[in-house]
Formats: sequence, C-alpha cells, structure tokens
Amino acid sequence: MSHTTALTPAMKLQRRAKLRRNALYLVLIAIGLVAPFVAYPVFLMKVLCFALFACAFNLLLGYAGLLSFGHAAFLATGGYVTGFLLSSYPGLTPELGILAGTLAAVVLGALFGALAIRRQGIYFAMVTLALAQLVFFLFVQSPFTGGEDGLHGVPRGALFGLISLRSNLAMYYFVFAVFLIGFAIVQRAVHSPYGQVLKAIRENEPRAVSLGYNVDAYKLLAFVLSAGLAGLAGATKTLVFQLASLTDAHWHMSGEVILMTLLGGVGTLFGPVVGAGVVVSLQTQLAQSPLGNWVSVILGTIFVLCVLSFRSGIVGEIQKVVKKNFK
Amino acid sequence: MTMIFGVPLAVFMGQLMLGLINGAFYALLSLGLAVIFGLLKIVNFAHGAMYMLGAFAALLGLQTLGLNYWLALLLVPLLVGGLGMLIERYMLRRIAHLDHLYGLLLTFGLALIAEGTLINFFGVSGSSYPTPTALQGGYNLGFMFLPIYRAWVLLAALVVCLGTWFIIERTRLGAYLRAGTENSALMQAFGVNVPQLVTLTYGFGVALAAFAGVLAAPLYPVSPTMGSSLLIVVFAVVVIGGMGSILGAVLTGLGMGLVEGLTKVYYPEAANTVIFLVMVLVLLVRPAGLFGKEA
Repeated sequence: MSHTTALTPAMKLQRRAKLRRNALYLVLIAIGLVAPFVAYPVFLMKVLCFALFACAFNLLLGYAGLLSFGHAAFLATGGYVTGFLLSSYPGLTPELGILAGTLAAVVLGALFGALAIRRQGIYFAMVTLALAQLVFFLFVQSPFTGGEDGLHGVPRGALFGLISLRSNLAMYYFVFAVFLIGFAIVQRAVHSPYGQVLKAIRENEPRAVSLGYNVDAYKLLAFVLSAGLAGLAGATKTLVFQLASLTDAHWHMSGEVILMTLLGGVGTLFGPVVGAGVVVSLQTQLAQSPLGNWVSVILGTIFVLCVLSFRSGIVGEIQKVVKKNFK
Repeated sequence: MTMIFGVPLAVFMGQLMLGLINGAFYALLSLGLAVIFGLLKIVNFAHGAMYMLGAFAALLGLQTLGLNYWLALLLVPLLVGGLGMLIERYMLRRIAHLDHLYGLLLTFGLALIAEGTLINFFGVSGSSYPTPTALQGGYNLGFMFLPIYRAWVLLAALVVCLGTWFIIERTRLGAYLRAGTENSALMQAFGVNVPQLVTLTYGFGVALAAFAGVLAAPLYPVSPTMGSSLLIVVFAVVVIGGMGSILGAVLTGLGMGLVEGLTKVYYPEAANTVIFLVMVLVLLVRPAGLFGKEA
C-alpha cells in the first residue's frame, strides 16, 4: 500500500510536464551562468536587456491582445531617469537608481494606459504611438536628458554599495539576475488566474465583460506591469552602456520590439527572448558587414515575411512540431 | 502696425497660413487613411512612405526625365496607386482574414523597407524641388504676403478632398464603397466584385498620399524620412477626428493645422506637441473622437 493518493493519468501527465518545464528552466539558467565565459559579456547583456523589453511587450500583445506602438517611451524613461539620478547623485547605489527608473516608467505607464484603453484595436496602437512621440519631443526639449547628445558616462557604481559593477563580468551577473526577476514576474502573471482572465479578454472582450470582469482594470494593470518591466529593461541597459540616448525613445525602437516578439513567437514565454537574441545578433553582425546600411531594410523584410508566412514565430513553430511528434 | 495679442498682424496671418497648409496635408493623408480603413479595416502604416515616394517620384522624374510638375501631379499618383494595388493584391489580401493588427504590422514593414532603401541611395538630408514657374511669386494682400504656390496647394487640396467626398457620397461607385464598409459579405452576395473594389480602394487611398507628396515637394525638403514623422501626427489627427466621416477627417486635419500654427505664434516650444496634447484632451472628454460614432 502506498501513502500517496492515487494519481489520475491526466494529473500524471501534468506533473510530468511541470517537471520537464522545471528541468528546462534549470538547464537554461545554467547556460546563462556559463555564457559570459563563452561569448562577449556586453553583447550578452544587450541581448538580456532587449529580451526583458520584449517579454514586457509580449505580456501586453501576446496575453492581453493589446498592440502598443509606444513601448520605446517606457524603455527610454527608465533609462533617462536612472541615468540622470546616478549621474547627479554620486551617493546613489545602482539598484536604487534602477528602482527609480522603473517606478517612473510605471507612472508613465499608468498615464498612457488610462488614456489608451479608452480606445480599442487599431486606435489603441495609434494612441500609444502618438503618446510616445509626445514623450520623445519632451525628451528632446527638456534639459535633464541632454537633448540630442543624451547622457554619457553614467557611473555603474557598486551594488548595495558593496559589489563594484565596474567589471563586465560582475555587471553581467547583475543583469542576468534582473532578467530572471523580470522573466519570473511575466511567467507568474501569465500562469496566474489573472493571466487567465487576460487571455479571456483577448479572446472575447464582450464575453469577459458580461461575465462580470472589470475589463478596463485588468487591461490597465497589464499595461502598467508591461510598462514597468520595459522601464526596468531600459534602466538596466543604461547602466550597462553607461549611456541614455534618444535612440531608445524613437518610434523605430517601438517597432523593433514588435519585430523581436513577432519573430520569436507572440504569446509564448520564450519567444521574445529568442526573438531579441536573433534581432540583436543580426544588428551586431550587419553593423560590421558591408550590409551595415541596409539594417532597416532587412528588418522591414523580416517583418513582412513574418506577417505573411511565419506568424507563429520561431518558438511557436517549434512548439507546433513538438506537439505533433511527442503527444 | 496692427497687433493681435502682441503679435504683428502680418506675422500672425503668415503663421496661420503655414498652419493651414500643414492642415491641408493632414487632411489629404487622413482622408486616404479613412478611405482605406473603411473598407479594409487596416491602418495603412505605409501611408507616410507612399507620400514620401510621391515626392521622390516627382523629384526623380524631373531630374532624369525632365517630367514637369503638372505631369508629375497627374502621373505620380497613378504610378504609386498602381504600386499600392499590387501590394494589396499580393500581400494584404493574403492576410485579410486575420486580425487587422497584422495589416498594420505588414505595412509598417513595407514603410521600413521603402524608407531604408531611399536613405541608402539619397541620404537623410533633403533635396529641394523647384516651384513651377507658373506658380512663383505672390500677392501682397495688404495685411499679409500670400505666395501663389501656397494658395495653389490649399486650393488643390480642398478640391481633391471635396472631389473624394463627392465620389463617395454621391456616385454609384461610392455607394458600393459605403455598402462594402457596412457589410462586404452581403455585397458580394449581391454580385459586386468586392475583392476588386478593395484593390481599387487601397490604390485610391495610396494615390491620394502620393498626390499630397507631389504637392509637398516644392514646399518641404524632399527626404526619405519626410513621411514617417508626418504620419505619426496624422495618426493623432485621425484619433482626434475619428475615421467615421470623410468631411470630419478633412475638417479635423485643417483645424489641427490651424491650432499648430497658432501655437507657433504664441508658444513655439509646444508647436511639435500641441496636436498630441489635443489628442489627450479629446480622449479624456470624448473618447470616440470628434466625429466618431463609436469607440
């Protein structure tokens, strides 16, 4: 006689899937830990920052069905606020600087979100784009951003005042930890009852309303969460490159994060990470090649091809194959 | 000298005129967006690129073939409209059954391709297109100086906008278009060739953008990025006006141009942002847009 209660086959399957998922997470974390000894840490940090940015964006598009065309505003706000505070107050530790940048993005996200969720679908995209352009012009004109020059030489400082982040290796592990925290938040949000309601809203908003859900509150929370994580990515990125510039606020950046998510797989947890890896590698490789000037044409072409015939993205396609062969 | 709230009358009128000209372009572009949106339900992110292609086609036509302004005004919209029809036929139609956000993303990709390609060949700095001889000079109206070309742009834009309104509201083809906007499946059941109508509509909307581009060529520097920055403002204009009505789109476009011109006179720092701020205000007070029927 066994002490465990009898498991139904469905529960067994679920438990096995969970085990398999946890094993996958462990393997990926292990890869992340040894990666800086194999590849250039600054490149990896860039990928991680953009991966977090794309995960944040995907939370909104993939799980709530809201296409924001203004996410650059949050990335840039996180970056500028953190950069400005760390440059002006030398006593401030980097984690506090990042926290402040993230909070600023959260506040901006609440403002954007409250306005944008008043319109749906295509209008939502246009409203967010226009608001982000407004923020772009504010950054161009306000004195604390350094205008066209941006902020340079932002000090990395010492984490908690104890661990110096000057070496790229130390910085890498910090960025990796930030990424894991951000990813865990997205993962938790998606797999929680809250995430289920978000998906219900995405699939059929009127039905969610008639079931008694306060749809606007759910959407707003998703927007704020996504904006905050995008701000976290921007703040961390500023610390890595010791630089905050207008490039982050430009609408091209909002387009790039869409491309990363689309290419990796909308609505999959790992899709944005893979997409960010591919796009950042591509940009880095192309910048050194004779095709350097053609980056935006190549990105545009990938965009068109993705929409026309690769809509599930890399991870989405892999999931399809796995489902077909291992069920 | 007459002053208006501390600003000389001539300066005041000059800025209003500039605002009105900008407004004419907002009107032409948002009109095209509204026509396309009505039938295809997609927001054409390539609209700015099409406007830019219109200006470039006029410039290149002049430089290489000696194509004069008036011919360009006629031929370029046809050319770019044809390109638009190809895009609709071979790309947009394939994703018409999907979520309409995919249309936005596809046209965004196309805009990136067009802009990036032209930047490679012509750089980001603009070239100038000479004002046609017949439209050079200006009138002194006593209270302001009115360049003939600006008056012509305003006139041409208004005529085209009213013409479009006439076609859509008063002709048989326009009736088909409006019916298709309401219920295209039913239209098809009645024997109307809806796919062909969709192709024509997209081509027409895009041709309007190209027409605006040719009109703009002698006024603004012709550069590969001239379309994208304008388009974002036009999106805000569209959110303000709502895409439900043709005249609404035109009036909002002109009105926002005037608002921008006035801001330039009294508070130039906010001239770039005032339209976005109006958009915020409209979203707060009347979320469906000034002329919109529903949110």
